[in-house]
Amino acid sequence: MSELKINRQGQFSSLETVDGEIATLNLGPTHPATHGIFQNILKVDGERIISAEPTVGYIHRAFEKLAEHRSFQQVTPITDRLNYCSSPINNMGWHMTVEKLIGAEMPKRVDYMRVIVMELSRIADHLVCNSVIGVDTGALTGFTYVFQEREKIYDIFEEICGARLTTNVGRIGGFDRDFSPAVFAKIKKFLKDFPKVFGEFTDLLERNRIFMDRVIGAGPISAERALNYGFTGPNLRAAGVDYDVRVMNPYSSYQDFDFQIPIGKDGDTYDRFRVRQEEIHESLKIIHQALNNLPEGNYHGDVPSFYIPPKEEVYRSMEALIYHFKITMGETPVPAGEIYHAVEGGNGELGYYLVSDGGRTPYRLHFRRPCFIYYQAYPEMIQGSVLSDAILTLSSMNVIAGELDA
Amino acid sequence: MENTQLQEIVSKIETKFPNASISEDNYQMMNIVVGKSEIYDMVSYLKSDLEFGFLTDLCGVHYPQNVGNEFQVVYHLHHLPKNIRLRLKVNLSVDDLSIPSMVSLFSAANWMERETFDFYGIKFEGHPDLRRILNMDDMDYHPMRKEYALEDETRDDKQDSFFGR
Repeated sequence: MSELKINRQGQFSSLETVDGEIATLNLGPTHPATHGIFQNILKVDGERIISAEPTVGYIHRAFEKLAEHRSFQQVTPITDRLNYCSSPINNMGWHMTVEKLIGAEMPKRVDYMRVIVMELSRIADHLVCNSVIGVDTGALTGFTYVFQEREKIYDIFEEICGARLTTNVGRIGGFDRDFSPAVFAKIKKFLKDFPKVFGEFTDLLERNRIFMDRVIGAGPISAERALNYGFTGPNLRAAGVDYDVRVMNPYSSYQDFDFQIPIGKDGDTYDRFRVRQEEIHESLKIIHQALNNLPEGNYHGDVPSFYIPPKEEVYRSMEALIYHFKITMGETPVPAGEIYHAVEGGNGELGYYLVSDGGRTPYRLHFRRPCFIYYQAYPEMIQGSVLSDAILTLSSMNVIAGELDA
Repeated sequence: MENTQLQEIVSKIETKFPNASISEDNYQMMNIVVGKSEIYDMVSYLKSDLEFGFLTDLCGVHYPQNVGNEFQVVYHLHHLPKNIRLRLKVNLSVDDLSIPSMVSLFSAANWMERETFDFYGIKFEGHPDLRRILNMDDMDYHPMRKEYALEDETRDDKQDSFFGR
């Protein structure tokens, strides 16, 4: 029997077992506490985790292979299903990648409309993550409370594009239609009502002694290790690195907006929670600015050979009919070339590496999925901690199975 | 300003690795094609001496028509303080699909290399645990290679000869 040393963060620093009996615990693939299809084969001594071996790929759907057989606009519905908590960001990221390939310039109005949609979905994504951290600590109230607000974000998406979860919003070359007055009304109502609800959610958890005791020190990672592991997004910022794609490589006119990058210090569950909380405030700021300064103009760019024409024109004009046919069949020539375009997804740098040979489909499309890359740090982060902290670490990293497995 | 920094970095790489071919593509990205014997030294040089401390992405591409260079491993490195991205490419022949692993430099490379192995069969020498990751373990081919059709070729109920698919 060896003595256990407990360090400042409440973790066991020694990995020698108390009585030498090690149990193997199969956490997953479907476990109510993992919020997705993840399997972890844990070696545990009592409640203490000695090692973890994650198995992924349970919902692998061969998106990269599928994308090689679809025309560019048909890839958008695939991207919906990556991080399905913030589908619009994935859609917009893909649209912008193709626009970069074909060299299309978007009017400012499109950029601002995209920013509004993307920031709304970032709020929805962070709300899921943070309220689920609450659930995993035993605080279900906040979850049920903010999920009503998440529904309202989905109502806005529904008003914009007709879909709620897998949105397929927008087109290559802009939007399929302008925001209707109902959209603006709903966004304004959301901006008015949400801060109050969110404030109450914050009051429930953020300075709650029980919650803080539970999450501070759970699953920490240093900035150096996080960078080495390829962390991006809120998880990297929680470790204290202020890398945000929106600021470093601004896309869709993010340089026009005034917002802060919140960062943490210890990279533990509490810091990840706090960073997401603050990012929701920043996203609200961005939406306010985008709404107030929304430029007049067209809701799509001038790229007739890539932008699907409105249906009523397809019925009336010959050019529109030809373009509609050519775009749908992927017959419009694209330049050959290689593009890497990244957007700040809900979980970090969502990158699209697109190789085009000028054909009707992408020659090769690789998704840089932030979840896939940072989930490999999970065994290192939970080693030596207790099982309940491992669940918290998983939910606070916001690992989304769809993005993990592509 | 950024351009001179980039030029400085490029000239350093050129001096250190005269065999690498460096070119800028139409989308303002530096592409460096390097032999597989030099890739580890180059990434390690970029990481330790030139502060490219972030491996953004690693993936494979299959070009069956390029005889002798059928496969390509593509690395995206990011210099976070100066915000410079580089794309490194290594061409591999189908007869010798092995390349040094980057796991000792970047922990992030672990699963990315497993994914590349899974889909293209490229062997990463020195990888601690080179197994399939997304596909099932007893699969006996590497599905992202171009010779594998998307759908089962033995099916005859999905003919779509009108549109050449």
